[in-house]
Amino acid sequence: MTVMTRGYTLLLALASTAAIAACGGGAQAPAAAAPAPAAADTAAERRMREEAAERERTRAAAEAAAARQRAIDDSVANAARMAEEAARRDSDMLRATLTATITFEFNKSDLRDDAKASLDAKIPILLANEAVMVRISGHADERGSTEYNLALGTQRAATAKRYLVERGVAANRIETTSFGEERPVCTEATDACWGQNRRDEFELTAGGPMLMRPRS
Amino acid sequence: MREARLIAVGGALVVLAAAAGAQDSTRGVRIGLRYDPGSKPAVVLLPISGPLADSIRAILERDFDYSDRITVIHVLPEDGSILAGSTSGRASALNYPLFGKLGAAAVIQITPTRSGLHVAVHDVAKAGVASVRDYPLPRDEDSPEWRLAVHGVSDALQETLTGERGMAQSRIAFTRNKTVMVVDSDGHGETALPVLGEAMSPSWHPGGNAIAYSIYGPSSRIIMLDLRTMKARDFGAQRNTTRITPVFTPDGKSLVYGLAGEDGSMDLFQVPLEGEAFPRRITIGRGSRNWGPSFNPDGTRLAFGSDRLGHPEVHMMDSDGTNADIFTSFDFGDQNDRTSPDWAPDGRQIAFQSRIDGRYQIFTMSLRDRQPRQLTSEGENEDPSWSPDGRHLVFVSTRTGTRQLWILDTESGRLRQLTRAGGSQVPAWSPRLTGR
Repeated sequence: MTVMTRGYTLLLALASTAAIAACGGGAQAPAAAAPAPAAADTAAERRMREEAAERERTRAAAEAAAARQRAIDDSVANAARMAEEAARRDSDMLRATLTATITFEFNKSDLRDDAKASLDAKIPILLANEAVMVRISGHADERGSTEYNLALGTQRAATAKRYLVERGVAANRIETTSFGEERPVCTEATDACWGQNRRDEFELTAGGPMLMRPRS
Repeated sequence: MREARLIAVGGALVVLAAAAGAQDSTRGVRIGLRYDPGSKPAVVLLPISGPLADSIRAILERDFDYSDRITVIHVLPEDGSILAGSTSGRASALNYPLFGKLGAAAVIQITPTRSGLHVAVHDVAKAGVASVRDYPLPRDEDSPEWRLAVHGVSDALQETLTGERGMAQSRIAFTRNKTVMVVDSDGHGETALPVLGEAMSPSWHPGGNAIAYSIYGPSSRIIMLDLRTMKARDFGAQRNTTRITPVFTPDGKSLVYGLAGEDGSMDLFQVPLEGEAFPRRITIGRGSRNWGPSFNPDGTRLAFGSDRLGHPEVHMMDSDGTNADIFTSFDFGDQNDRTSPDWAPDGRQIAFQSRIDGRYQIFTMSLRDRQPRQLTSEGENEDPSWSPDGRHLVFVSTRTGTRQLWILDTESGRLRQLTRAGGSQVPAWSPRLTGR
């Protein structure tokens, strides 16, 4: 045992000397040519062979590390892009919620349950995006008198605004106006079309292109 | 259209307009006296010489027809000379017995002069000239002003013949495609006015020289357009308000309009045209909507639309806002809906639209008997406006499939279509435009 250990230690010393020599920089011997098939290797030849292999291992390791770093960078960039797209999709969804139309019963301006639900969905988004300004325009179907429909439109816009303001949205962020029956979304003389025209529309007049998801 | 018959009388070919059953009794009508309701004097308009002769004659004959007060007996131009009884000098002597046989109460003889028209009205029964007058016409022939002046001649002749001045010398303002349009009372000369936004509800200043209208949408406001200078006066917009249905007070000194604020209620406000006074609220709506005012002739009372009772009705009050009460108190069932009042020029009745059987129709109701009279039934009919003669109404009708303006004679029921392009809305008949 002792002999082998001593021999092993000697070999290790030789190898580490070669490694240290190799790591010590290029001041050492230039890259050796491919070691000749060693039938009778001298210790020096063996050392040069090992130094070359070590340099090769180091180069490969560095290349692998660079590749790993690139992969990490790509992955980060990818994640950022996906996050941006997700945020944009989010913002689009939030915008869709904010601009969703609410409709009314004939000759009425009070809010049905579905209208209230639609307004409820807008409130947290408005509270989370303080810069957003909204214009609510009231509309009527063609059946009332032309001029009364302009008045009715103001009442429909006012009702929606009051609902939002009572639940925390600052009044100066909401503008109201009326188009009466002058901007129909459809022109058929049917109940379905009339129902579509009796509406409040919500338009974002300020507040930046990206909307933030409300924190719950 | 009335039937026309071709007859031969005394060697002349005459197109005789179908006469009313009361024709025989008109032979004894003496022109120049007070109008006798139920009788329509028949009139011959002799052919006129000169370059614009056909134009002038066509305008006058059409005006007489549209007045619904006069029957026109058409004489073909080439036969005019045969009907003249004398060839001496100015040919003012006519074959009165022949005209009498035709049923004419009067014959009108017009001679163009350098400055206008020389008009002689012959009384057939008296076999002599009843009146002679010269009417100046603008030099620019066939211009809108020239046509208006010819209409003025027609109105004066109607007064000579029936005792009542006609309404031909007037125009109708309305909207189409968000623009204010003006058309002559005979349908001629449709013109778009310059507007400062999406326009609605034009109305006339009592002097006939200005129109007010409203703009709707986010910058809603009232505009007054001077028709002589085409200069606009902007009464200003205010965020979150809507202003509609402006009308002038009969003294021409103030505007009254509906103003809705942030809470969605609408009240009538009055603002003087001169001076620095702020608009003054004149209805107490208590959260309701009040709009569409129309004054009585002396400006002491006004009718307006209001939904203070839960649905639109026509209400009335003193011009200072006191003594408000419902006018359309008759009941058609649940869903009563009456709006767009227009007070008649004689002050005695109000035209409005009322929902009946699911559609709006034109109604009138007198202040005295408060009995509603339904005047239309075909299609949907809205927004009536009285002519200055107090018997014709212009309104919007869908009876042809698109919104067009129609004119109704409330005494005979005769209807004529005024506009041909669809989308015509909210008409307002001007006062007589005599001062132009």
